[in-house]
Amino acid sequence: MKITYHLKIGCLFFIFLLAIGGKSFAEYDYINISDPFQKKIPIAVPVPASLTDNSETERLSQQVVDVLSNSLKFTGYFNVIDKRAFLDAPGKQGITVSEINFKNWRDIGSELLITGGVRLEGRVLQLEFRLFDPFRQTLLFGKRYTGEVSDMREMVLKFCDEMIHRLTGNFGVFNTQIAFVSEGRDGKALYVSDFDGENRRKLTENEDIVLTPAWSPDGRHLAYTSYKNGKPEIFVRSMETGRTELLASYEGLNITPAWMPGDSRLAATLSFEGDEEIYLLTKSGKVDKRLTNSWGVDVSPSFSPDGKKMAFVSGRAGSPQIFIMDLKTMRTNRLTFEGRYNTQPEWSPRGDKIAYSSMSGNTSDIFVINMDGSGRVQLTADAGRNESPSWSPDGNMIVFSSTRKGNSNIYGMTSSGTDQRPLFEMPGNQSLPDWSPRIER
Amino acid sequence: MKKFMSFGLLLVVMMSMMFFASCARKAPDGGEYPGEEPMAPRIGERADSETELEKQRRIAEEEIEAYRERQAAEAEQIRKEKEAAAFVDANVYFAFDNSSLSAEARETLLKQAKWLQENSDRSLIVEGHCDNRGTEEYNLALGSRRAQSVKDFLVNAGVEPSRIITISYGEERPAVRGDNEEAWSRNRRAEFRLR
Repeated sequence: MKITYHLKIGCLFFIFLLAIGGKSFAEYDYINISDPFQKKIPIAVPVPASLTDNSETERLSQQVVDVLSNSLKFTGYFNVIDKRAFLDAPGKQGITVSEINFKNWRDIGSELLITGGVRLEGRVLQLEFRLFDPFRQTLLFGKRYTGEVSDMREMVLKFCDEMIHRLTGNFGVFNTQIAFVSEGRDGKALYVSDFDGENRRKLTENEDIVLTPAWSPDGRHLAYTSYKNGKPEIFVRSMETGRTELLASYEGLNITPAWMPGDSRLAATLSFEGDEEIYLLTKSGKVDKRLTNSWGVDVSPSFSPDGKKMAFVSGRAGSPQIFIMDLKTMRTNRLTFEGRYNTQPEWSPRGDKIAYSSMSGNTSDIFVINMDGSGRVQLTADAGRNESPSWSPDGNMIVFSSTRKGNSNIYGMTSSGTDQRPLFEMPGNQSLPDWSPRIER
Repeated sequence: MKKFMSFGLLLVVMMSMMFFASCARKAPDGGEYPGEEPMAPRIGERADSETELEKQRRIAEEEIEAYRERQAAEAEQIRKEKEAAAFVDANVYFAFDNSSLSAEARETLLKQAKWLQENSDRSLIVEGHCDNRGTEEYNLALGSRRAQSVKDFLVNAGVEPSRIITISYGEERPAVRGDNEEAWSRNRRAEFRLR
């Protein structure tokens, strides 16, 4: 994470090119995030104009449009219109409301338009973007960002982040990261990437076995299980300093850590009492409370966003199934009844659904189900083993691992199961992705 | 090693025989034994040589006895090592998503318990493993259950609990690679490691 980010892109300011008329019209009309089957909004993203006359600016303009288009496509909200359909010649489309021929954009069906400008002076890069509604012929908002050339991607993502916030009323995924495990010939290691799989960094040295990274609710820490001392123990790594501390090293298992929202405590499965049970641990790793109490396996806790309930996997019914515990009354109800092997529950950030993986034969698939056990929907099919679902913090997307191409890779899809694609290509096997909360930077 | 020992025995026997009749001066390969002197007993020294013979015979017998003891100790050592190896090699296998012990598993574990009682100075690690189906988190817990089942059985059979540590590797360390029932059934196992 870049600490210097604030300094570099600090001088960003609103450009009020158009008085929006005092009244703030309802921008949220554009994207209704609670409708998973909403059609994609056609959006035109022409190459930004080069505001300084040199080839480096033109090269950067091309990179800017690529990052912008790919990032918008990634959300699943937009259909980025092929630039060959554009009626205006490249660079001649005009970037302000008075220069734009909105009819030319309406005619190709674009419901939104982003124009941009790139200015390069020395190593100082200035990007400006304007979002228009070609039908209302209005500027929805515009912003200018200043930074170094190396900050280009972050500057574009900053604009995307604000744009999604304005269109949906919620923050999107652009300020988030994905932690995962990668296994190569030399062992396993923890990695982290940006929301779209770009910018991958290796966090730990290669180890024998390292598993289940879990972001803290503030995105500042990552808890995980490692066998680096010869047995499964839980470690917590500070994402700011890289410092790693041993959290839990009880006799037997110390696995599947999950942070409690709005709390410094974590739930994890321990077996020091001779049975695999879920315990609540303080941030220093002391047992605060035993949560489950049944013979057999209890594993993989996942808290509701309000921290009042916990989903988990139990073998108490004779096969692994998902249960929900009310943490106040300690009452436990079985959630899944279909299928013989339902594990890896992940509570959605909106609190209404749980994603999980269900195995049958030699394949696994991702499902979502409502809190009351209704509305069970299968999101993947006929595509190898699909496991470890993890929601984006806006609840719009799910990241998971899939063996559909042989090796296990990290895939993304919308929460309705559309737009399934690998996030990146990397040698070896990648698994156990965990999507971070929004990280303020 | 064994061959060398039997040759040694032969040598001792032959050397003692040479005191009775000095006829075997040649080694089987035709060469002379190193350091051997031809010894024809002389009449006047007969009594002395009989005492000497008796002494030599006693020494030879003691040497044979010591050799046999060494050989027995070595055989015992080999037997123990073999038993320890058999102990470590004896896996216990499980059904899918199951940690209960089959009749075959119990039979194996009775032998393991017997060995542990005979070797009360040895401590062990029981490793629990799973096949690669199912999910890693649940398999870690299932591997733990399998190792715990084995530990419980051994403790019931009289082995002190403090001698047994369990560790689960889930599906992380398969015995064999492969996505078929043959591979899966060999991977759903508990292994023993001495520590």
